[in-house]
Amino acid sequence: MTDALLAIEGLTKRFGGVVASDEITLAIPTGELHAVIGPNGAGKTTLIGELAGEIAPDQGRVWFAGRDITALPVHRRSAIGLARSFQVTSLFPDFTALDNVALAVQAHSGHSFRFWRNARRDAALREPARAVLAQVGLADRADVPVSRLSHGEHRALEIAMALATRPRMLLLDEPMAGMGPDESARMVNMLRGFKRQLTILLIEHDMEAVFALADRITVLVYGRVIASDIPAAIRANEEVRKAYLGAPDELVGQE
Amino acid sequence: MTEWFTLRNIVVVGLLIVLALVPVYVSIGGNTFLMTLFTRIVILAMAATSLNLILGYGGMVSFGHAVYLGVGGYAIGILAHEGVASGFLQWPIAIGASALLALVVGALSLRTRGLYFIMITFAFAQLVYYFGVGLERYGADDGLTIYRRSQFAGVLDLSNRAVFYYLCLLLLVGTIYLVWRLVNSRFGLVIQGSRSNDRRMQAIGFPTFRYRLTGFVIAGAICGLAGALLANHTEFISPATMHWTRSGDLIVMVVLGGMASSFGPLIGAVTLLVLEELLPAIIRLLAFPFLDPPMAVKISEYWPIVLGPLFLLVVLFARGGMNGLLEGARRD
Repeated sequence: MTDALLAIEGLTKRFGGVVASDEITLAIPTGELHAVIGPNGAGKTTLIGELAGEIAPDQGRVWFAGRDITALPVHRRSAIGLARSFQVTSLFPDFTALDNVALAVQAHSGHSFRFWRNARRDAALREPARAVLAQVGLADRADVPVSRLSHGEHRALEIAMALATRPRMLLLDEPMAGMGPDESARMVNMLRGFKRQLTILLIEHDMEAVFALADRITVLVYGRVIASDIPAAIRANEEVRKAYLGAPDELVGQE
Repeated sequence: MTEWFTLRNIVVVGLLIVLALVPVYVSIGGNTFLMTLFTRIVILAMAATSLNLILGYGGMVSFGHAVYLGVGGYAIGILAHEGVASGFLQWPIAIGASALLALVVGALSLRTRGLYFIMITFAFAQLVYYFGVGLERYGADDGLTIYRRSQFAGVLDLSNRAVFYYLCLLLLVGTIYLVWRLVNSRFGLVIQGSRSNDRRMQAIGFPTFRYRLTGFVIAGAICGLAGALLANHTEFISPATMHWTRSGDLIVMVVLGGMASSFGPLIGAVTLLVLEELLPAIIRLLAFPFLDPPMAVKISEYWPIVLGPLFLLVVLFARGGMNGLLEGARRD
């Protein structure tokens, strides 16, 4: 498990009678873009929750950069370089786009027991935040309140929030959710730009995007890994075809 | 970029000028009741401003904030009763005791959210209220008379009502400024972010609990100081000071005036307390031509029937309370 940035071993989570994660074992080396696909209810978002620290697994371990983080609280995981985006946009609606990202920068610039200076005039927070906004194409939308941004801009800001924490690894929970084809294509381009610089775990329903981006793909069905391989091998895999790719309805399925 | 001559700012500046001139007016007209009323308004506005820090900016709906008025007040009353009259000792103890209580209440209640948080802060306030009722040595239910106001030998004479009023006003303005600095600082953005989306705050790396708790303690400490002022003002302290209806009044002031706005709690406190005095008189005046005098007086006792719907209208139709209403008027 030493050369993997993120290693998951025997991760299991039950909700009542439903097994959301069933002995998941996975290793993602530094720099890889690893996609996790699977039909609705396969336990993909549960997996992200367990990796981000919001859901405590019943069994199994999670290692990040050689460190056992299974019991680490959410905010500590962010501090050591594990960032996530949310499937359902999760921002600060009364703040501007720049405020949002600056807050993410602030979270990683020392403690916030600073009671006097105006944080909105603090160049040490605003400048890096502007740079990240530019990176996701929102430079000219910096001062617009989040409640007035479009859905596509919300999705881009989701990514910006994660990037602003200067992570080593991104956990992306359906970044293309609810996007039109043009917006999706733009997002794919952006994510392609992050490849190699960042290790990425991508959960996505958009198969075109997944096969365009992923170095390796893991297929999850009822919480169990049924295949984990390079895209070409996943496409050719009989079991995956039967369980998932073969059913055309599932391909376009959205939660 | 910032527009200064807005309706809201004109009202706020006008209000501050009126507040500053109250002792002058009273010294000319000799109406000491006005002095008493406005001293109370200024002190409760300060308490409401402290509540706004956690309720308006932090999203923590504390339904027991008056308890810190009580603790601050009892600190003054008990120390005076035991022969410690120095304000230099009394006031820091009042603030410290309130902060300590807020630390305990906050540490337990901030682990919950929403209705549970409201109920736990309420339960703690009731607990302290009945503790006050049980203080046999200090008057129990009947309360405790404070025979000497806090002594600041050689610095201030609080028995001079104008001096005391201006001290209260100065502390109110100081509190408003302090809260304004706080909410725009890094710390303030953390508690505001946590009100807006605590899950995301944790995900981007904030241990939000400790910041929320700090805000809760600061609000308790400021309210404790307001309690020390109130006890000096009324020269009396009893459990009624921290009755839950008083906590409700503070919430009404904040919501009516405008949550998460610097001057909202002041506007709310002035409106609520002035209407409490004026409404009975107005009703009496309106009823006299139609009813015989005893009946008109009787009807005027039902003034909350008018105040209640007024409050509802502001809450339902003015987002951001009266402060929001005044700011909205600018856009027309």
